[in-house]
Amino acid sequence: MTSESKVKIALAVNGEPTEIAFAPHKTLLEVLREDLGLTGTKHGCELGECGTCTVLLDGTPVLSCLVLGLACAGRTVRTVEGMAQGGKLHPLQDTFADLGAAQCGYCTPAFLLAAEALLAANPKPTREEIKDALAGNLCRCTGYIKIYEAVELAAARMRGEKAEPTTESLYGR
Amino acid sequence: MADKRRVIGKALRKVDAAAKVTGATKFADDLAFPRMLFCKLLRSTQPHARIVSIDTSAAAKLDGVQAVLVGQDLPIPFGILPVSQDEHALCIDKARFIGDPVAAVAALTEEAATAATDLIRVDYEPLKSIASAEEAVEHPEPRIHDYGDRGNFHKLIDLEFGDANAGIAEGDMVREDLFFFEGSTHLPMEQHAAVAMWSPDQKLTLWTSTQTPHYVHRALAKVLELPAARIRVIATPNGGGFGGKSDPFNHEIAVAKLAMITGRPVKITLTREEVFYCHRGRHPTLMWVRTGVKKDGAITGMHFRSLLDGGAYGSYGVASTYYTGALQTVTYHIPCYHFQGARAFTNKAPCGPKRGHGTPQPRFALEVHIDKIAEQLGIDPAELRLKTLVPANSLTANYLRVGSMGLGKCIAKVVEGSGWKQKFRKLPRGRGVGLACSSYISGAGLPIYWNNMPHSGVQLKCDRGGGVTVFCGSTEIGQGSDSILAYIVAEVLGIDPFDIAVVTGDTDLTPVDLGSYSSRVTLMSGNAALQAAERARQILAVHAAKKLEIPVDRLSFAERRVYDAKDPKRGMSFAEAVQSAEAAEGTIGTVGSYTPPMSAGKYRGAGVGPSPAYSYSACVAAVDVDPETGIVRVPTIWIAHDVGRSINSAAVIGQVEGSIYMGLGEALMEEMAYRGNRNVVHKIPSLLEYKSPTTLEMCDVITYLVEDPDPNGPFGAKEVGQGPLLPVMPAVANAVYDAVGVRIDEVPITPEKVLKALRKKQKGEPGRHGPESFPDIPWPEPMRVPTPWEGGDGKAVSPGRPAITAERPH
Repeated sequence: MTSESKVKIALAVNGEPTEIAFAPHKTLLEVLREDLGLTGTKHGCELGECGTCTVLLDGTPVLSCLVLGLACAGRTVRTVEGMAQGGKLHPLQDTFADLGAAQCGYCTPAFLLAAEALLAANPKPTREEIKDALAGNLCRCTGYIKIYEAVELAAARMRGEKAEPTTESLYGR
Repeated sequence: MADKRRVIGKALRKVDAAAKVTGATKFADDLAFPRMLFCKLLRSTQPHARIVSIDTSAAAKLDGVQAVLVGQDLPIPFGILPVSQDEHALCIDKARFIGDPVAAVAALTEEAATAATDLIRVDYEPLKSIASAEEAVEHPEPRIHDYGDRGNFHKLIDLEFGDANAGIAEGDMVREDLFFFEGSTHLPMEQHAAVAMWSPDQKLTLWTSTQTPHYVHRALAKVLELPAARIRVIATPNGGGFGGKSDPFNHEIAVAKLAMITGRPVKITLTREEVFYCHRGRHPTLMWVRTGVKKDGAITGMHFRSLLDGGAYGSYGVASTYYTGALQTVTYHIPCYHFQGARAFTNKAPCGPKRGHGTPQPRFALEVHIDKIAEQLGIDPAELRLKTLVPANSLTANYLRVGSMGLGKCIAKVVEGSGWKQKFRKLPRGRGVGLACSSYISGAGLPIYWNNMPHSGVQLKCDRGGGVTVFCGSTEIGQGSDSILAYIVAEVLGIDPFDIAVVTGDTDLTPVDLGSYSSRVTLMSGNAALQAAERARQILAVHAAKKLEIPVDRLSFAERRVYDAKDPKRGMSFAEAVQSAEAAEGTIGTVGSYTPPMSAGKYRGAGVGPSPAYSYSACVAAVDVDPETGIVRVPTIWIAHDVGRSINSAAVIGQVEGSIYMGLGEALMEEMAYRGNRNVVHKIPSLLEYKSPTTLEMCDVITYLVEDPDPNGPFGAKEVGQGPLLPVMPAVANAVYDAVGVRIDEVPITPEKVLKALRKKQKGEPGRHGPESFPDIPWPEPMRVPTPWEGGDGKAVSPGRPAITAERPH
C-alpha cells in the first residue's frame, strides 16, 4: 500500500529548475506541501470547492488539489513563496498586509496568486472584474472588501501610479 | 497618559501580516516531524446506536499501522463546561450522531491509516434517533444521554425578573410572534489539525488549531491522567475560528494518546467533511416572544421563549441557552422580563458557540418583532428604538451593568448615511430597506470553570537592546490579538510595535489567557498588557528620571526615546533607559493581569450575560427582491459600530466587514441541515453544497465607527469581532418586508420561503413564512428575581432555590 514506486519529474517552481520524485497518485498540492516543503499553499477541501490551494501553472490559476503532480512535468509552477523577491514583498503582498486583506491568512496565498494572474492579464481591472476573477476563492474572515481594495491599490502602484489607501478604508466614515 | 497617542487608533499593519502574506505562517497542518505518524478516525455511520462490539484485529495487522484505539482506551469523559462532561474521545457504549468517532488509527502514512479504518468492524444496534428539538420534546425516550434536566432536555431554564405578565398587561398593545433560526456552521477555511509529540522524559506536547489552549490543556490532563505540568499545548495560528475551535476535541485527545503509545509524533488533519461533524455551530432555535408596549413604543414587559436543538453533546450549550435570553435587555429598556429556555439533545453534530454565541437567534427575533410593533404603532422603527434605549451606566432588569452605550449615535449614523428617511416604505415594489440593532459582550464576566483567578495574564520582558517581548496565553485566530498586545505595549513604552516580539498561546511559555472567545481578548488581554506595560514604564521612568535629573512625571516615552517633555532634546534612547534600569535593578520584567468586575446578578444563571462592556451596532440593509423568483439580493449594508475606542481602526473595520459577510451568509443561504427522514444524514457536508457567500454575493459595506470609550476597556476599547454580525439577519428580513410586504420569520431567507409567503399573500392569507407553533415544554418553577427598581439586590426570592453567583461545577 505504501510501496507504490515513485516517479521523477522536472519542472520549474518559482523560477527554479526542480527535480522531484513522488508517488504517482499525488496531486500538485501534495507534491508542493509534502515533497517540496512549500507549505504556503493551503488546502480547504481537497475537492476543488474552495480555491484555497490556488497556484499558478504556466501563469494560469489552477486548483492544485485537482492537478496531478505528474501533469506538471516540464511546466512552471508559481506559489506564494515565489512572490517576494530579495526580501521585499510583492506589491500585492504589501497592500494585502497594509489594508488587512489577510486576517487569518489561510486563504491569502490563493487570493494573492489569483490576483496576480488577473493583473498580469488586466492591469486596470474594475471592481466587477476583480470580483469575477476571485469568485472561485472563499474567504471567511474579510468579507472580501479589503481584498478588492488591496488588489486595486496594488494594481495602481504596479501601473506606476502613486496610490494610497482611502481614508474610509482605514478609518471608516 | 501625558503623550499624544502614536499607536492607538492608527491603521497600522498587523504584526503577523508579513508572515501571512508570504505563506510563512505555520498552521498546524504545516508542521511535520521526523518519524511522524498519521491518524485517522473511524466515525459512526449510525445516528444513534449501541456499540455492541468493535473488532480492530484486521486493522491492527495492516502494513504500516502502529496503533489502534477504541473508546475503552480513553474512558474518562470531558467537555468544555464543568456541568456537561459528556464526551469521550472515542465512543464507548453508544454513538450519538453520524460522524461520532468510534476508533482511531495511527499509521506510517495517511493512506494506510485510512485503509485501516476501513478494516475496523463495528457492530451497531440501532436506537430510535431524534432528528429535531421538537422530536426531542415529544420523545423523552430513548434518552440520548443519561444526564440532563429530564428526558431529552439537556437544560431547562425559567427566570423571571419582576412580574412580566403584569407588565405586559400594562401595554396599550400586546404582540406575540414566532421565529425560527436555522443552524449554521463556522466553516473556517483551515480544517482542524493537531500534532502530538511524546518525549522520553514523559512530556506531551500538542500543537493544535485551537482558540482555547488553556481548556485543551485541562482536558488533556484529565483524560490522559497526566500532571498538567507535563503537558504543553501550543495553539498554532488558527486559519479561522469563529467559535468552531473553542472546545477540547476528540481528535486532539486521540493523537495525544497515540503519541504516548507509539512514542512518535502523530498528526491528524480533518477532512472538510469531518469539520462538519466537529461543528459546534449555531444552534437551530425556535423562539416565541410576547411584548407589551405603550402607544409611544415604550416596552412594558416581555416574555421570551427559546428552544435550542443542541445536537448530540453538551459543548457550550448550557451557556448558549442562557445567552438566548440574556442580552435582550441591554439595547431597549425592558422593565420586567420573563425568559424560558430549553436545550434538547438530538442525534446530530453537536452545536456550540458560533460568532455571537446564542445571541444572533434572539436578536433576529427581537429586531423583527420590534419592526412589526413599530409598524403596528405607526412609528418609524428607527424613532421607536431611539425612544426606548437603555441609558448608559445603568442596570437592566436581569442585572446586567451597561457602561458606555453608543447605540443612539449608531442609529443616527446609519439613518443618515443610508438615506433611511427617503427610502423606508417609499421605494418601488421589489426594493426595500430594513433596520436592526444589536449589542454584544466584550468578554464574559465569569470564567468557564469556577475559579477566582485572573482571566488574562501578561508577562513582559525588556531587553537591553531596546526590544520588548510580550508573553500572553491569548490565541491569534486572525482577529489580530497578537497585534493588539504589541500596539498597547508600544503605546505605553513609546516604542515601535514592530520592536516587540509577541509570544502567545503556549501553555509552557505564556501566562493563562482563557482564549479567543466571547470577544474577550482585546479588553481582557489588552488590560493585562496595559498593566504590565505601565509597570515596566514606571520602573524605567524612575531610573531615567534620576539620570536626567528631572521629576518622573516630566518624562515622555515616544519614538523609542525617554525624554523630558519640557525639553525633548534632553533624554535617552529607550534601550539606554532599559540599560539604566537593568544596571540598578537587574533583569527588567513585569506582569499584568485582568479580572472582570463582579457581576451584579446573584441568581443561578447570572453568570451568563455580564460583561465589563457592551458593544453596540446599528445596521440598515438594502435589498432587491424579485417577486417572480423570490431571490433576494443585498446590494448595500450600512453599519455603525460602537467599539468604544479603536486600537487599530483598519483592523476594526476588517472585523466589521467580516461580520457583515458572515451575517449575510446566515441571512440568505447558510444552513446546517439534515435529512430527518433519512437517518439524520447531514445534507451538505461539503463546501460545494454548504452555500456561503462568494465575491459575487457579498454586498457593499459602508462602515461608521462610533467611539464611545468605555472606562473598563483598554484606552476605552470594546469588542468588534462578533457584535456587527448580529443586526444583519433581522435588517435583511425587515428590508424584505419593506420591499415586497411579506414577513420571513425564519433564516435563511431563501427564495422558496419568499415565494411561499408571496403566494399566501396573493391568496389573501397572511404574507408570512415562519414557524406556526411553539411546543409545550415542562418548564420548571420560575426563579423569581426582583428587578433593581423593585428594590431587588440581584438575588432570587423564589423558595427552594439557592441563590448563588454562577453555574458552579457539579
